[in-house]
This record gives sequence, C-alpha cells and structure tokens, in this order.
Amino acid sequence: MSAADTKAAGPPVPVPPVPQVTGKSPHDDAPRVQKRKRKKGELLPYFLILPAIVAIAAVYLYPLGKTVVMSFQDMGRRELWSGEPAPWVGFEQFTNILGDSEFWWVTFRTIVFMAICVVLTMGIGLLVALLMRRLSTWVRLVLTACLIAAWSMPLMVAASIFRFMADSDYGLINTLIAKVAGEDWLGHNWYLNPIQGFGIITLLVVWGAIPFVVVTLYAALTQVPKELEEAAALDGASAYGIYKFVTWPVIKPVFTMVATLSVIWDFNVFGQIWLLRGNKPEPEYETLGLYSYSKAFESTSFSQGTAIALITVLLLSGVAVYYLRQLMKTGEVE
Amino acid sequence: MSSTTQTTQALRPDRKKSRLHLDIIGLGIALVMVFPVYWLVISALRPNREIRSYDQTLWPTSITFDNFVRATEQPNFGTAIQSSLIVAVTAVVGGMIIATLAALAIGRFRFFGRKALVLIMILVQMLPPTAMLIPIYAQLNAMGGIDEYWGLIVVYLVSTLPFATIMIRGFVVNIPVELEESAMVDGCTRFQAFRRVIFPLLAPGLAAASIFALVNAWNEYLFAYILINDNSKYTLNVWLMTFTTERGTDYGALMAASTMIAIPVVVFFMIIQKKMATGLTSGAVKG
Repeated sequence: MSAADTKAAGPPVPVPPVPQVTGKSPHDDAPRVQKRKRKKGELLPYFLILPAIVAIAAVYLYPLGKTVVMSFQDMGRRELWSGEPAPWVGFEQFTNILGDSEFWWVTFRTIVFMAICVVLTMGIGLLVALLMRRLSTWVRLVLTACLIAAWSMPLMVAASIFRFMADSDYGLINTLIAKVAGEDWLGHNWYLNPIQGFGIITLLVVWGAIPFVVVTLYAALTQVPKELEEAAALDGASAYGIYKFVTWPVIKPVFTMVATLSVIWDFNVFGQIWLLRGNKPEPEYETLGLYSYSKAFESTSFSQGTAIALITVLLLSGVAVYYLRQLMKTGEVE
Repeated sequence: MSSTTQTTQALRPDRKKSRLHLDIIGLGIALVMVFPVYWLVISALRPNREIRSYDQTLWPTSITFDNFVRATEQPNFGTAIQSSLIVAVTAVVGGMIIATLAALAIGRFRFFGRKALVLIMILVQMLPPTAMLIPIYAQLNAMGGIDEYWGLIVVYLVSTLPFATIMIRGFVVNIPVELEESAMVDGCTRFQAFRRVIFPLLAPGLAAASIFALVNAWNEYLFAYILINDNSKYTLNVWLMTFTTERGTDYGALMAASTMIAIPVVVFFMIIQKKMATGLTSGAVKG
C-alpha cells in the first residue's frame, strides 16, 4: 500500500513536530531511560521489536530485495506459473528500458504531473491555511468540517465520484459547461485528449490532498506567537513583511516536510489514474507506476516491471533522503 | 483543531470589515471542497432517470432509495462485506499487537539499532506500490496465497505497522516512566505494571491507531484487486468495480454503494480527528 493510497485516510507518516514555544526538549528524559537500560535486561527491547522486524522484513524488505533480483532476470508468465528459475540476463532489462523512448516520455510525464500537483496542492493549501486564521470561528468550523468530509472519502469512492462528474454522457461538468459554452460540450469525452484527462486527474489528486495540507499547516500556524506578529505590526511592518519575517520562518519546517511528502506521493500517484481510466489506462496516461504495472501484469513481463519500479525507487531515493534529514533535524527520529 | 480565537483583530477594529469578505471566500472554499461529497450522496438518492440524463441538475426532484436497492442486489454484496471485515479486522488486531510491542521498545528503551528501525519504518512507507506489488504477487503465487484471505491480511497488517508503531510510540512517551516505576516498586512485575498501569493509559491512543489502521485496510483496493481473483472473495472496493461493465456504468447504484462504503469511514474519521491532530502535533513528536 503506498502512501498515495492512505492519503484519503490520513497522513501515513508522522507530521513533523510543530515548533513548540514552551516545550521541553525531547532529550530531557534521555538520561533516565539510559540508566534503566543498563539496570534491566538488555535483550527485552529486542524481543519486543522482533515481531515487527520479521513482519517488515517479510513484506517490505524481502520483496524489495526480490525486486532487485528479478530486475536482473527475465521472469515472464511461464516462469511464474511453472516455478522454473528465471534465467539471468544481467543488465538487459535496464538497457532495454533506458533505450526505449517511451520510458523517457513516461518519466517526463510523471515529473511534470508531479510538479503541477505539488505546486497546486501546496499553494492552495498554504493560502487556505493562512485564510483560516482570519475567519470567524463558525466559518472556520464549517470549513474544517468540509475539509474533513473530503479527507475521509476513500480513494476508490472519490475516484468514482470524479469519474461520474466527468462522464461524457451523464457528467455534471459537461452539463455546466454546456450551459455557458453551448451544446457542443454535451457528450464531450475528457479523456480523448490526455491533457484534458490529466486535468480531471489533477483535480482529483489536488482535491484529495488539500485537507491534509491545510490541517497540518494550520496546526503549524497556530504555533506562531501572536506577540511577535503584533510587535512587528506596531513597528510598521506590512502584512507581507510580517508574513515573510515572522510567520514563514515558524511554519517553514512543517511546510518543507509536507511539500517533500507531496513530491513523493504525487510521484507515486497510481490509483487516481488507474481508477479514472477504468483499470486499463491508455499508454498516454501511464506514469512510472502504471508503466511498471502494465509491463508486469498486462504484458506479463514481470522483470521489466520490477526494473522500472527499481528505477523509480532510485529516482525517489534522493527525495526520501532529504525528507529523512529534515526529520532528523527536527528530532522526530530521536 | 483547538485554535485560539482571541486573535489580534480585536485590537484593530478596522479589520472587521474585511473579515466579512474573507468569511465569504472561506465559505466558498468549503463549498468547493464538500461538493463532490454532496454530489455522491445526492446522486445516490435521486431517481435513475435523472442520473441517466444529459441535463444534470444540482437539486434532485425527488428522493428514492432505488439505487441502494440495486446496489445491495448486486451479486456478491454480502460476501464482499464479509471479506472486507474479515481481512481488515484480522489485520488490525494483529497489527496493533505487534505495533504496541515495538512502540514500547522504541518509546521506553535506548538500544542499538533503535534509530535505524524508526528510519526504516519511515522509509518503507515511501516505496512505490508496484515495487512491492510485483514481488509480493510472485511470492504469494509460489506459496499458494493468491485468492486466499491470509495473503491480503499479511499485506494489510504490515502496511499499517510502521505508521501505527510511530503513532503509538508518541502515546507511550507521554506516559511518565515514574508511573511504571512506582508500580514496580510496589511489587508489580514488569508485565503487571504494563497491564495495570500503562495499558489503561494507552488505550485511547491504541483505539485511535486501530481506527486509523482499520480505515486504511478498508480503503485499500490495489492489492485486493491483484491478489484476489475469486468473485466470492472480493473486498468491497473491488466489488465496486463490478458496477462498470462493457455496457457502461450504473452510476446510480455505484454512488449508492460508494456511499455505503464511505459512511463507516466518515464516522470513524470524525471519532479520531481530534486524536489525530493531538497525536500528530504533540504526541508523535517527543521521543
């Protein structure tokens, strides 16, 4: 299950600490814990984590290792069903993939789509979070309730709703556009042109991601000391100046984290495209995840699928390392 | 979302006027965000002739439960509920036990490899789904785990493990060590101290983490679609796909079925919403 799937339910990765004005440092109780460790049996924690390690090794690490191994083999339908060992082919899968212009198109499409989604999500999310501070209490509560309602829609359900709204025959979007722009729009198929199709997909992705971003950024904004903003205002700072020099520095760590997570999630977007295109996306709708999936399960060349997945992991590893470094800085991993 | 309402605006009455404009924008955004949910519910309740129409209207002319009747009459509805429940509940119960043990270790002890474990837990959640899907499919296929609940249960159990562990760890570290120590001074064994002192304090956090895990398992569709091919073992999300056939999609029934699937999630989500916020912004922070 990828992070993108869990987006509808909640952040699968802990949100970074909101900078606490009056929090005790996470290291405060470290010495005591350290002392306990020496006194008590040193093996107990290892027994406690053993089941978790076995489970994670079995479902994450072993498959990841197998992805690597399979990428250097040629596993097709025959090997899968007969259980015969797949032949080793060295780097052949990789040279095939990297030599295929389609792969580069898919990579390009994935990156552009990710960038658009991240910019829209973070931009709108930040604006709404900033707006929420200025709202009357009841409006803020209404907005929060609406955000949570949108957030709690399962991805499968959300995709069904958007598929219905963008349906060529019975879709609300066509009806509304036709009212303004003329009858031609009735029966308009949004997916014939991949740019329009990706417009609908982007709408679904951004709509689904905004609640998490807004709620998280708003939580960070409540940590901005009011006194500082007031002092800046008294000293004659403009609204933008206050934002730039007082508000932004406080929320910046959280914003960076959420943006990094969004990069990873939106790079891995799978379900939204897959579901809107009826489980069989056309080649022009393939992002890296879907490309890998269709190679593996449609063309039953499992090794090509894993090789593409492995390249995706390598592409993302830079972002993941950056995210981890941010986490370490804020003391989340302590 | 317990926010401070005594904002600086009180000091500057000239801002009062602009607040009305902002409120209107805020309500507009709320409307846009909630509209797809409204459309889901209203489409589920309106007569089919209004759904199968070029002229979609924002309000229904009448309310009917026909769509719900068609949805429940769709083959495999009952078995899909059963499958979803079996898989989700088993995975959550197993996952919570393992996650609690690991969270206690991470939250209460300093040991070699502790940091590495946390890092791995965070890192594995970022893996693209296909990087796991293909090898897991191949492995389960070799082990005879395709079309079996246990294959899916294992995948769901482990996929909620990292987040659940980190979340419960946040609740563990918020329980003072002194409570546990004094219980042990008073003659409790370590296990008794856990059962009588720590567990009751941890229970609300565990409930929140379980609900989170439950929602995740309930919402998952990709692994369920690939690992289960037997119609009678479809989970609800895969069953939803059966509303689309070569002859088109029965949107009315699809919306009704989607509403039924979403209702438990929305309810659960509202229960944990507060906990999530606190767990994420304070509890999960301190190590």
